[in-house]
Amino acid sequence: MISAIIRWLDERLHLDGLIAPLRHKTVPTHRLSYWYFFGGITLFLFVVQVITGVLLLLYYRAGANEAFESVQYIMTQVRFGWLIRSIHSWSANLMILTAFAHMFSVAFLKAYRKPRELTWVSGMLLLFLVMGFGFSGYLLPWNTLAFFATKVGTSMVGEVPIIGRPMMIFLRGGEQVTGATLTRFFGFHVTVLPGLVLILIAIHLFLVQRQGMSVPPETEEEWVRNPSARREMKFFPNFLLRELMAWYVAIGVLGALAAIFPWNLGVKADPFVSAPAGIKPEWYFLFMFQTLKLIPSKVWLIDGEVLGVLGCGLAGLLWLLLPFFESEQPSHTKKWITGLTIFVLVYVIGMSVYGFLAK
Amino acid sequence: MEAFLGGGILATLASFLYPVMRFLVPPPVVDLGGDEVVAAKVGDLKPNSGKIFRFGSRPGLLILTSDGTYHALSATCTHLGCTVQYRSDMHEVWCACHNGTYSITGRNISGPPPRPLDAFDVHVRGDEIVVSRKREA
Repeated sequence: MISAIIRWLDERLHLDGLIAPLRHKTVPTHRLSYWYFFGGITLFLFVVQVITGVLLLLYYRAGANEAFESVQYIMTQVRFGWLIRSIHSWSANLMILTAFAHMFSVAFLKAYRKPRELTWVSGMLLLFLVMGFGFSGYLLPWNTLAFFATKVGTSMVGEVPIIGRPMMIFLRGGEQVTGATLTRFFGFHVTVLPGLVLILIAIHLFLVQRQGMSVPPETEEEWVRNPSARREMKFFPNFLLRELMAWYVAIGVLGALAAIFPWNLGVKADPFVSAPAGIKPEWYFLFMFQTLKLIPSKVWLIDGEVLGVLGCGLAGLLWLLLPFFESEQPSHTKKWITGLTIFVLVYVIGMSVYGFLAK
Repeated sequence: MEAFLGGGILATLASFLYPVMRFLVPPPVVDLGGDEVVAAKVGDLKPNSGKIFRFGSRPGLLILTSDGTYHALSATCTHLGCTVQYRSDMHEVWCACHNGTYSITGRNISGPPPRPLDAFDVHVRGDEIVVSRKREA
């Protein structure tokens, strides 16, 4: 029956021609090949986000007087609502974690080298957008923590000289964080960001397919010296089946976390209460939060927060442009870039742990 | 001819983009809070405590010190805009977001805040504690 349907489709669409490139595609195999899986797992978790996000949209209502109550309704009245919301929250966090793991693996394996500079840039833009998803989605339940996180985050944007203030007002929908901010963030979260992410994923995947997967410089040199040492596996079905196994593991971890540690809703936001003691942003913003906390109010003549925000922006921009500082020759890759990558990884983890433990 | 065509296309784009750009910026909201507000009633606050009150669309902080003096400040931290609170154990105003502290008169003492909190005038009128914006000298 199925083969009859496939034959029927093949006669009309020539499916064989579509699948042929996949049959010829190969994936290099070496002792670090397993790092290749993180990109695919991130993509899989994004699909989980889209599906659970669409489900949540059936009941969620944006608005300062309704948002919290609607999420409460989802979690307490709608059958399996707590699970769908918990999966959406956990999957968002895991997606950012795997995206970071993917980024650092690409940086350490120097997979961003020529000709893959644009793959790195599109990947970094995707990471920024995913963090934008996290930031905008965090406000949607309209709880106290989210309210103050949004206040701080949008104030940081406001510190950027000249364009900062108009951008802050655009993001907030006014001078203050109010229901207007919630409406805007909801719009960004469910229309603007998904649209941009889909376009960038298409570009990112096209580049990966077009250029094939990178090989670490040492392995590449070894294979050039001794071509018989080259090892590859077929993408279809060998690599794809391994990737599916990784997805299966990811869904197991996700389901377990969502069921055993259901995501909290917190307390409804009130613009007229003080920020609660111990307030902290989501873990993926902790390293920036802790950095800002440590910068004194004035450094020379510059306000500390302006310096912090500009510093973070500049560091992000340099990181985005990392491939353009690298050598084209696998035998001459720059040691300082490896050193910088180690420093960035240690800094991000160290500051996050410090931020988590600090009062 | 090319300049005419190019200019026409640019003008068309501008006529699309201008209303969109204007639409993105929210209209200014008139703050109807006025210059004066009743922040609390006499007896609402215990000595050495503080309370958040509404001053128009923004939060304010009213403090009653141990010696019975009232102070009123803007409750918006000058660092990144969190709402501050009075800490009776420290006798200071504290921001939970980035650990900034201010004196009860609003002076920034430690942590990242770059500027003092705006201070308001406080008057006790009957049983009401009235907070008003400081008059420019």
